[in-house]
Amino acid sequence: MPKNPNIKKVLVIGSGPIVIGQAAEFDYAGTQACRSLKEEGIHVVLVNSNPATIMTDKDIADEVFIEPLTPEVIKKLILKVSPDSLLPTLGGQAALNIAMELDECGFLKEHKVKLIGTSGKTIRKAEDREAFKETMEKIGEPIAPSKIVTTVEDGLAYAEEIGYPVVLRPAYTLGGSGGGIAENEEEFVEIIQNGLRLSRVGQVLVERCIAGWKEVEYEVMRDGNGTCITVCNMENIDPVGVHTGDSIVVAPSQTLGDKEYQMLRNSALNIISELGVEGGCNVQFALHPESFEYCVIEVNPRVSRSSALASKATGYPIAKVTAKIALGYHLDEIKNAVTGKTFASFEPALDYCVVKVPRLPFDKFISASRHLTTQMKATGEVMSICTNFEGALMKALRSLEQHVDSLMHGDFHKLSDKELEEHLHIVDDLRIYCIAEALRRNFDPAMIHDITKIDRWFIDKLNNIVQMEAALKNAESLDRDLLLRAKIMEFPDSVIGQLIGKDEAYVKNLRNEMDIRPAYKVVDTCAAEFAAETPYYYSCFGSFNEVEEVNNKKKIMVLGSGPIRIGQGIEFDYCSVHSVWAFKDMGYETIIVNNNPETVSTDFDIADKLYFEPLTEEDVEHIVELEKPDGAVVQFGGQTAIKLTEKLNKIGVPILGTSAENVDAAEDRELFDKILEECCIPRPKGDTVFTKEEAIRVANQLGYPVLIRPSYVLGGQGMQIAISDADIIEFMDIIQRYAQEHPILIDKYLMGKEVEVDAVCDGEDILIPGIMQHVERAGIHSGDSISVYPARDLSPKIKKVIAHYTKLLAKALHVIGLINIQFIVYEDEVYVIEVNPRSSRTVPYISKVTGIPIVDLATKVMTGKTLKELGYEPGLAPESPYWAIKMPVFSFEKIRGADISLGPEMKSTGECLGISKNFEEALFKAFLGSGVDLPKHKKMIMTVKDGDKLDAVEVGRRFNALGYEIYATRSTCKYLKDNGVPAKRINKIEEPHPNLLDLILGHQIDLIIDTPSHGIERSQDGFVIRRHAVETGVTCLTSIDTANALLTSLESGCRGDLTLVDIAKIDKEIEENHK
Amino acid sequence: MKGFLILEDGTVLTGESFGSTREVVSEIVFNTSMTGYLEILTDPSYAGQAVVMTYPLIGNYGICKEDMESRHPWADALIVREYSTLASNFRNEMTLDEFLKENDIPGISGIDTRYLTRISREHGVMNGLITTREDFDLEEELKRIKAYKVEGVVRKVSCKEKRVLPGDGFRVALMDYGAKYNIERSLNHLGCQVTVYPAYTKAEEVIADNPDGIMLSNGPGDPKECVEIIEELKKLFATDIPIFGICLGHQLMALANGADTRKMHYGHRGANHPVKDLKTGRVYISSQNHGYVVMEDTLNRDVAEVSFVNVNDGTLEGVHYLGKNVMTVQFHPEACPGPNDSEFLFKEFMNMMEVAKDA
Repeated sequence: MPKNPNIKKVLVIGSGPIVIGQAAEFDYAGTQACRSLKEEGIHVVLVNSNPATIMTDKDIADEVFIEPLTPEVIKKLILKVSPDSLLPTLGGQAALNIAMELDECGFLKEHKVKLIGTSGKTIRKAEDREAFKETMEKIGEPIAPSKIVTTVEDGLAYAEEIGYPVVLRPAYTLGGSGGGIAENEEEFVEIIQNGLRLSRVGQVLVERCIAGWKEVEYEVMRDGNGTCITVCNMENIDPVGVHTGDSIVVAPSQTLGDKEYQMLRNSALNIISELGVEGGCNVQFALHPESFEYCVIEVNPRVSRSSALASKATGYPIAKVTAKIALGYHLDEIKNAVTGKTFASFEPALDYCVVKVPRLPFDKFISASRHLTTQMKATGEVMSICTNFEGALMKALRSLEQHVDSLMHGDFHKLSDKELEEHLHIVDDLRIYCIAEALRRNFDPAMIHDITKIDRWFIDKLNNIVQMEAALKNAESLDRDLLLRAKIMEFPDSVIGQLIGKDEAYVKNLRNEMDIRPAYKVVDTCAAEFAAETPYYYSCFGSFNEVEEVNNKKKIMVLGSGPIRIGQGIEFDYCSVHSVWAFKDMGYETIIVNNNPETVSTDFDIADKLYFEPLTEEDVEHIVELEKPDGAVVQFGGQTAIKLTEKLNKIGVPILGTSAENVDAAEDRELFDKILEECCIPRPKGDTVFTKEEAIRVANQLGYPVLIRPSYVLGGQGMQIAISDADIIEFMDIIQRYAQEHPILIDKYLMGKEVEVDAVCDGEDILIPGIMQHVERAGIHSGDSISVYPARDLSPKIKKVIAHYTKLLAKALHVIGLINIQFIVYEDEVYVIEVNPRSSRTVPYISKVTGIPIVDLATKVMTGKTLKELGYEPGLAPESPYWAIKMPVFSFEKIRGADISLGPEMKSTGECLGISKNFEEALFKAFLGSGVDLPKHKKMIMTVKDGDKLDAVEVGRRFNALGYEIYATRSTCKYLKDNGVPAKRINKIEEPHPNLLDLILGHQIDLIIDTPSHGIERSQDGFVIRRHAVETGVTCLTSIDTANALLTSLESGCRGDLTLVDIAKIDKEIEENHK
Repeated sequence: MKGFLILEDGTVLTGESFGSTREVVSEIVFNTSMTGYLEILTDPSYAGQAVVMTYPLIGNYGICKEDMESRHPWADALIVREYSTLASNFRNEMTLDEFLKENDIPGISGIDTRYLTRISREHGVMNGLITTREDFDLEEELKRIKAYKVEGVVRKVSCKEKRVLPGDGFRVALMDYGAKYNIERSLNHLGCQVTVYPAYTKAEEVIADNPDGIMLSNGPGDPKECVEIIEELKKLFATDIPIFGICLGHQLMALANGADTRKMHYGHRGANHPVKDLKTGRVYISSQNHGYVVMEDTLNRDVAEVSFVNVNDGTLEGVHYLGKNVMTVQFHPEACPGPNDSEFLFKEFMNMMEVAKDA
């Protein structure tokens, strides 16, 4: 059936801020779907609170609203734009939940909005635990024995009945939030209390534990005519018990015979047919390793992280096809864009092996538990493709950028055999390295399987890698056969060198002499059965190359930003994609290299060529040797790409934009100090050090507090404020966990206003789209601060100074392209604290609210165009009539044991935007978008450090005026009362009941303001309070400045009637404003 | 030990020998299924052909003998990128290597099977020699390779004697042109008593046994070679006994009704082929294995109508004979390996027999 003619205007709901369990994959899906809808002439209205996404670009949809994703806001939007249809399956659980709420309350029906893609009934059947169970029973699909409970008591009784261990899954939560496996009653109570609270409907499913079974997923598609296909199946290497988002996953399944494969495929199709899903759907199974018994674990009637992975693993664009199906098309009417010949109604055949490895945030949260459970913890993932499993795994591991380039990692070699065996029982992100060490010591693979339940086949493959390590180590000389076999397994030259006792260059030369080079193969959905039109490549050794040279256009290589991690998020993908588009626009041939399956940049129709490869020097060099690009761009891919600058230079690839020397000058302390001196720009005093002793000496010279951090990092990794020698020693130890090639920086810490600027420089002129000011005082990482554009309380004089310094610095560093500068305004003086001659995380947000296409301009100036030629007046751009406030969003509830207090090291996973002509409303929207929806019970807790007590009085007074009842610990309470703010004394945690903890667990508290004295203080009261706040879902603020901002938003009383802003028209409005 | 694959266009690919070291000349065909290598090896339709698996990791779950589709493997050789030395499955009985050795089937691993597939795709299906001899004279071997032709394979693979699978329901005559076990299993599973006849059994003998339905099986080779069978099929067609044909059975019935077949460029072999049911518009993913196809324009429209077409290339996938209880499909509803989305066709066949019996 062709397109349904009644669908003309479609509202698409995005997934909101990036949090663990809901990441960039929805930007990929949403962007692809919106483009697919527009291609059909549909008027697309998009709403998403996340400004860092490509989907919220005005080029992607006709009307774009960056507004909080709450049912009230969406209702208001529907009234404003009157869509005829709502597509809810592309924005993850967030969008699905809202759509369902609007459907259930009759709002959609009342306003004649049709849910397309998936009906409300379907969503309910898949999402509501009881309805799901009934549906599965009806069609005879087995699920693990389970029961939905709404109270702890009922849960306990049921757990007794089916026996421990049991799995708990709260209904309607993201990424399995609040779920877990309970081994005993005590654990059960802990998990279920949390789960009941987190569930939108107060339900938790208690189920038979099938941990240890094989976990297998199927991505299936269905159209309105009932045609069903499976796009891909995937097998988790980690058996059931580890969330699929945290598992190492391989596609297609490796250890299933055709009988098992088809049995589960039949089941998946049976389920999607019964649910009546129209579009993509994900079905997760547990398969008994020693029989044909299986259970359906979960069904997601929407695109998901797994569907993004399946799309990239196969080349089948699930989101695009889902959008077309929603419009009424049948699968056999939709062309397969990869082959250009076949149709969407066929099943991809893979002729390679895909491995996905999660990117876990334990490098950021060193205090957190590394245990992997059914609660997802990964912030992102990498994917790799190879013709063998060993190679795919090795490539994926080095794509993680976690100082790992082989299975030789961790301290497992230090353990005794007995300790090692015990360690095999621990399920964490390092397990694979532990298994490798056990294999190195000739542990029986059968025993390793018994302990880990990981299939023997995978253990055998790990063993092949370990055997190769040994073969290289023991080789008298490296013959061609051995070297080729090592390369087929994707051992990097550096690792081979290390094993044979030579350097990387030696191996590389030898390899070239022996003519061992990678071949590039095409991902074509059909195992070469049909000629593919899509240049989507992966490398492998010992094969014939397929990449064809066809174009005589100038070729540009854009390096992507790798896996999403805290500090380097989706913003950099936004920049990479826009850069590719700008180059295409100018007639260049574009090549993108990236390894993140969740992103838009790795969609095969973004660049002219996509290399799905690790972003390491060796891997990139191989591509360069083949493609011989005329230039490379590193400014947009975050630190991942910047790190490759030196190598690209060395192998003769011109870096477009700011030169490598100047990138270096910004990072190199001495060079940079010299530049500042020449420009007469002040900066906080500081020095560089290599050792602890030097650090202590410098810190004392400067006087505490000081800021300590490694150079060449993003997201303030390892950055801390030290107030004593003891702090310095602690922080230096943390930084020096990894060998530091570059010195460590120590600066005097100034507690002023923090201001940030992104600018484009063409070598002569500079354009500053806007100045942003942080709400929190300096000392909190810019990525974790609330950022306000335009800067709110800077005098015109200060703004002028900032613009002037920006220009001076851009010129002194010979910036061509982007520059990001962070300033501190302290006692009416402007200091520079950091300069990054590259894109930053504020670029997408500031582009959208000013209507200035920053990346596009930066890309074009790199090719020699000037800002004036591009139609832009140099200098500080006129201010927008809108306030745009970027609010950080955290995922602390997912990471057990992580300290939530904010500091110089970034901890947020995502952001949302509040935009309005009214400052208070913008602030309110920003808080609302980040999930702070107050007041509820109007009770709060305050416990602040001495330095904040004075400010706390004003905060307390204002909350009190809003009707809040304030509980405070002894000294804070006394201080508040002494200053006339009513407060109730509450005991600290170690004091007798009732104490703080009882209060928090009583579910009556709206808000906790807890400002930690400083740094890492795990053992202290504050840490426990903050963790409990997070785990019980109470908003917890750790900075007085944030509390003040929240008050401003609450006092405005703008809760009821929000104005909605169409971002797509903002540039015109700004233009007219200034005419 | 090294293994070589020499193609008739002179391409020589070097890999490692596994399984048997026997030398063989065969027609080289590729299959895109990601699972089901045992079913493929034991599918009699591969007689006279050596199979290239496009999926690179083969043998992972070993050999589960109950999954065999006939008594023993029929493929001449197996060409893979990598075979697993470890077999991991609870039903596993031996490794792939052991199985091939036991059945004297040569294998080559370490071949860039994607490259090989691209050659086949561009050049069309080719013959090849699989050998472990390093001292071959290419010119001499090429003569031998080019001279090879898949011949007389139906007679080779078909059973020699009639046998009966007991059942309480309909009595089905299964014409074994190289039948996969799952055809008789599927019918038997639906309660049928299945009598398996050697391919060259006379129509009169079958009719004399008074079956409720006749099942024409899949099988290897060029359908036009089966002149005698086609003659018998004309007689079977003339009765009112419901007939269901699969693959070769489908082609032979078309030939018996005056249509023509042609050899395809490289055929359809895999588990992902979409076929569209023209009655409902629904698309089913099917298991396929054929190198010949019935030419749609040679079909006499007074006698037959098209019931299924291939969504990818538009080729004919199924025929319904007008006014007759006869349906045939080019694909494999018995799956094994591959999806059993079209398993319902066996039920349709049951309905046909039901209706015929009532009439």
